[in-house]
Amino acid sequence: MSDVVEKTLTALPSLLSLDSHSGSTKLSSSSKLGNLIRGITELTSKHEEEKLIQRELASIKEQVSSPNTSMRQMKELMVRAIYCEMLGYEASFSYIHAIKLAQQGTALEKRVGYLAVSLFLNESHELLLLLVNTVLKDLQSTNLIEVCMALTVVSQMFPKDMIPAILPLVEEKLTHPKEIIRRKAVLALYKFYLIAPNQVQHIHNKFRKALCDKDPGVMTASLHIYLQMIQENPEGYKDLTASFVTILKQVVAGKLPMDFNYHSVPAPWLQIQLLRILAFLGKNDQSSSEIMYDILEESLRRAEINHNITYAILYECVKCIYTIHPKSELLEKAAKCIGNFVLSTKINLKYLGLKALTYVVQQDPKLALQHQVTIIECLDHPDLIIKRETLELLFRITNAQNVAVIVEKMLEFLRGNKDDYTTIDLVGKVAELAEKYAPNNEWFIETMSTVFSVGGDTMQPDIPNSFLKLLSEGFDSVEEDRKLKLFAVDSYVSLLQGEPGKLPQRFLQVISWVLGEYSYLRGELDAATVLRLLAKLLDTKSTSSETKSWVLMAMTKVCEGGVGVSVAQEVCETYSSSLDTALRQRAQELQHLSQDRDLRAKVLPREAGSEPLEVDSSLSFLDGFVSEALAAGAAPYKPHHQRQEELAQAKALSMEPYGLPISMSSCSIADRQSPTLLSVSSGLSGDSPSLSQKGGSTTPKLDGVKRVWGRQGYLVQTEPVEESDLVEVTGPLQSPNQQAGADGPPSQTPTLKPTPQPEQEKQQLASSLFVGLGSQSSLCLMGKPEATTQRFRRKAKGPVLSSSTGEQISNSSVSASSMANNLLCNDLLDSNITSETAAPSLEQTPQLSRDLPAANGACAVESTDRDVKENSASLIGDNRLVAADPAPRGDRGKLKDFSAHLPAEFSGLCHSDISPLASNQSLDVSACHVQKEDSLVLVVFMYNSSDDAIPHILLELRSDELEVSCEGDSPVEEARSRSVAVCQYSLTVKKPSVHVEVAGTVSYQLPVGTSQSVQFSYKLPLTSFIRPLTVSTEEYGTMWLDFSHDTKQKLTPICLGQEPLMDTLNVLKKKLKLHVVEIIGMEGIVACRVLRDQPCLMHCRLHAGALSVWLRSPVPDLPDCLMYHCQRALQEH
Amino acid sequence: MEMQFMLLFSRQGKLRLQKWYVPLSDKERKKISRDLVQTILARKPKMCSFLEWRDLKIVYKRYASLYFCCAVEDQDNELITLEIIHRYVELLDKYFGSVCELDIIFNFEKAYFILDEFLLGGEAQETSKKNVLKAIEQADLLQEEAEAPRSVLEEIGLT
Repeated sequence: MSDVVEKTLTALPSLLSLDSHSGSTKLSSSSKLGNLIRGITELTSKHEEEKLIQRELASIKEQVSSPNTSMRQMKELMVRAIYCEMLGYEASFSYIHAIKLAQQGTALEKRVGYLAVSLFLNESHELLLLLVNTVLKDLQSTNLIEVCMALTVVSQMFPKDMIPAILPLVEEKLTHPKEIIRRKAVLALYKFYLIAPNQVQHIHNKFRKALCDKDPGVMTASLHIYLQMIQENPEGYKDLTASFVTILKQVVAGKLPMDFNYHSVPAPWLQIQLLRILAFLGKNDQSSSEIMYDILEESLRRAEINHNITYAILYECVKCIYTIHPKSELLEKAAKCIGNFVLSTKINLKYLGLKALTYVVQQDPKLALQHQVTIIECLDHPDLIIKRETLELLFRITNAQNVAVIVEKMLEFLRGNKDDYTTIDLVGKVAELAEKYAPNNEWFIETMSTVFSVGGDTMQPDIPNSFLKLLSEGFDSVEEDRKLKLFAVDSYVSLLQGEPGKLPQRFLQVISWVLGEYSYLRGELDAATVLRLLAKLLDTKSTSSETKSWVLMAMTKVCEGGVGVSVAQEVCETYSSSLDTALRQRAQELQHLSQDRDLRAKVLPREAGSEPLEVDSSLSFLDGFVSEALAAGAAPYKPHHQRQEELAQAKALSMEPYGLPISMSSCSIADRQSPTLLSVSSGLSGDSPSLSQKGGSTTPKLDGVKRVWGRQGYLVQTEPVEESDLVEVTGPLQSPNQQAGADGPPSQTPTLKPTPQPEQEKQQLASSLFVGLGSQSSLCLMGKPEATTQRFRRKAKGPVLSSSTGEQISNSSVSASSMANNLLCNDLLDSNITSETAAPSLEQTPQLSRDLPAANGACAVESTDRDVKENSASLIGDNRLVAADPAPRGDRGKLKDFSAHLPAEFSGLCHSDISPLASNQSLDVSACHVQKEDSLVLVVFMYNSSDDAIPHILLELRSDELEVSCEGDSPVEEARSRSVAVCQYSLTVKKPSVHVEVAGTVSYQLPVGTSQSVQFSYKLPLTSFIRPLTVSTEEYGTMWLDFSHDTKQKLTPICLGQEPLMDTLNVLKKKLKLHVVEIIGMEGIVACRVLRDQPCLMHCRLHAGALSVWLRSPVPDLPDCLMYHCQRALQEH
Repeated sequence: MEMQFMLLFSRQGKLRLQKWYVPLSDKERKKISRDLVQTILARKPKMCSFLEWRDLKIVYKRYASLYFCCAVEDQDNELITLEIIHRYVELLDKYFGSVCELDIIFNFEKAYFILDEFLLGGEAQETSKKNVLKAIEQADLLQEEAEAPRSVLEEIGLT
């Protein structure tokens, strides 16, 4: 078909110049739109076009606002307005008329009205509210086409707050006799699910009905919802796995009506959707995966026709196979399939092949080896996107041995790149690799210099920040530390002696800071020289005033000696009268401190970078001042977002749809005037606990009080992120990078010099790119996703070269052994690679991931004194692949009854069932949670099922939503043979979510020397963190006004006896542990808190058989999550 | 696989159709379409049909003098997006009977109706060609019925 189209279309341009009657018979030649379009094509300049359109718009404007214009004319005008907008001219005056047309026109005019609305407005446009009534009316229309139109517009855009108004009508359409209506209703609900998931929660069982609809179109539409829901919570839909597999089987076997075929492939869109769903269901789940193997194999086999659409399905199939629990034959076939993509001459397929490879190398890095020739060719591909994807692939297979070559390739690309977005992305990746795998100091500093120069001022600010942090914190070896700093100083001094005017501001800031802090380390470097270099920066025109601040700060640290002071004085004179207050301040400091040596030593002590600085981020020292001000009549402080919100509420239309507005009056809420101490006293504002958490954990980068102000704007944005990283990482991690530097593998430095034979060059490149991709390389690959660990890896690098300070015994043992380990692996790798390149055919079968642990184990046996910790890092990946092997729920037989081991202090408390989480040959892990009055304790049981005692078990927990703190002395336990070790953790909510999850790793070492780790995750509902909050009605009132995040919804009350409100609240009280503050007539107020101190208030009102529930909290997302649980609790009752 | 937006433009860089599935301001829309039209027109015919643009993937294909261009998310399947474009062209072709750029220029609202019947909210709504066209034709029928008497009245100057 496409050929036909192309032919007809090629004949087109000539047609345009022809007269209208022969141009297209379908147009009414007299139509005004036709005239407009022809008018435009006849014009030659942009200017003339503009004039014409403005004239057109003026005439449209005049006509639409005239009362005599009929709806039919209005329709015609609207089409013209759409056309003008498409050309880029604004016609906002017509928006309101579009809505009117949809409202008042007959069916066909409506159609244009709705179209205009959907093109003109987006879902946040306030005019959209005016459409609600029209939609409501059309949904009830007996004319099918009107219903269709309403459903179409609703699925494209609808104000979130208005969903409840039309929801029942849309829901009703799910049982409509016409399939087109059912299909559109399903899609509308899908849209609602995306923008307001908890509003459609009650119709989940109706979705199931849609999935079983006899019309394939309706069924396909329902898959959109399922894909979304399963992605969010795969556990909840495991029972559907077999159904999805059956559907896919039927589709693949061609059981659907012929018109769902596309180029003789049966329903490809449906197939792809199902494959995606299966991938989510089969991930980390062996039993579900097993159901799919057959159909996946069938899909791979069936897709034979050489057409894009089959490749699209194959790609999805391969992705699915690599996502679910692995099966060797399937992996083999999928790998072969990727080969077909990569080797294809069609560039689109090649690209997708690279993308697929990028996806799968994370699990099987050796696949990259098979395609190294292609990969190298793609690196020089003229099409940038191919090059870019290749770099992405290389990024995923980087290890300590090939880092130099890969980073060089990336930098090469960066130098020629003009697109900011790509630069930001790639620069970040280079910085990440450099920090993680730097072979030596020189390379690291040079690479980072390139990163700073190329990344310029667009790069993420955390790159320079973390670089400076790395420098200032240093690592374990004092000597190595000094060398790195020295090298940085040297290279920056020479940069400043060159042409510093060309360097980006961020880089200059880094340079100034480093010189300020560390230039003294280079003894022979005169302070005056440094000062002159810095002063030169101040004189450069292009230097921004922020950078100047950094420079002045650096000068303050450096200025010494007679010459130095005089240079400083000179600078001070210029800047102490600067209009920029920050600069003036800085200059004043420089002036004073350069004259008072002792004071300077006190204010800016050298080498103070690592000393923690106490920061009271809650500003509690101001409490007295605040309460005084309040007593004197000042208004209480409201945070910015709250002020904004109140402002918005004051301005906006009432959003309460068609229900009577909830009145708060009868609840006797304390009036707004009463000075509320609640919002002032630190900690109660809700946000502040988390804030003080972040801030409290020291800011190691600052080394003097003044410094805080020096870079305030800069630090404030990025610091918290780093802080939280710091909290999470508890110990030293392995550093595989240093020995490479120490032992200096010169062969691996980039060898890109032109050689006579290009082939040879390519081979050389290949050997340097793909070095280290044997099975052991998983060691380096797996640590990667945890961005937090990398910069600390470097910390361990020191002891390799020098004796460490006494206190860091464990560290030194880590790196010493890791060196042994790595060297060993290097040897293995080298031999691996030679054999692989020599006999690629042997490598055709992709090594099963199962081989990885074995190889790793062998590696570990020889280096017996490896630290347990380090191994946990390296084995993570292995376990991820094999994790499902022990079948989390499979071997109950082995499990003991752990409840006897529950610590005595919990005996009287309510605890959840003890559920088995993971196990392997020697260790079974189970857990339960115990509800204490003021906390929630997670108890982890580790049962040693082997015959040997396990001396050190290290348990690490992490969670995005929760704050985890260890109860008891240390997270390390020992487990004697056939006995249980118990760990306790106290959990509090950091970020509310409907379900929260803790992921954990248990790592330990068996007496024979092999290290093991077990991964698990533990999921618990938010409800376990809810505690009653006892407040009086008055307190409730004050709090209600202070809280800024809220959600409203109508729920179905429970009706047991005469008092549905009382009954409902009692159910909620019982199930969710809420505190009922007061019930007045048909209204009730309820309060609770989520551990530790996140309050949430509820107001409910019974009206016309429905319960309007309004939740408010200072914590974002908390009201939504709680609404979800309330709804659940009521439904389950 | 939600689509972010779809643009149709001519070889001369004139926009012929634009459908946005994500809320964006007018200014952003203009900037995006200007940027993309420029980038795509500068590409050579043998080049990859995909390109990276900010954090999105752009999938485009040229049919005679018209470029069809879609934006999807990075992890999406570009090939299937390419086929979505193709299916849309097939639908247009079937509806107009050997579609040409002029059909789309002069009847762009029809082209929008077909698109809305095929993709809803950025997702493939109905992949059966027959069903899409049936839905459109039914709505069109309504239009003609309603239009016919009026135009007669108009002709005799009664309106």
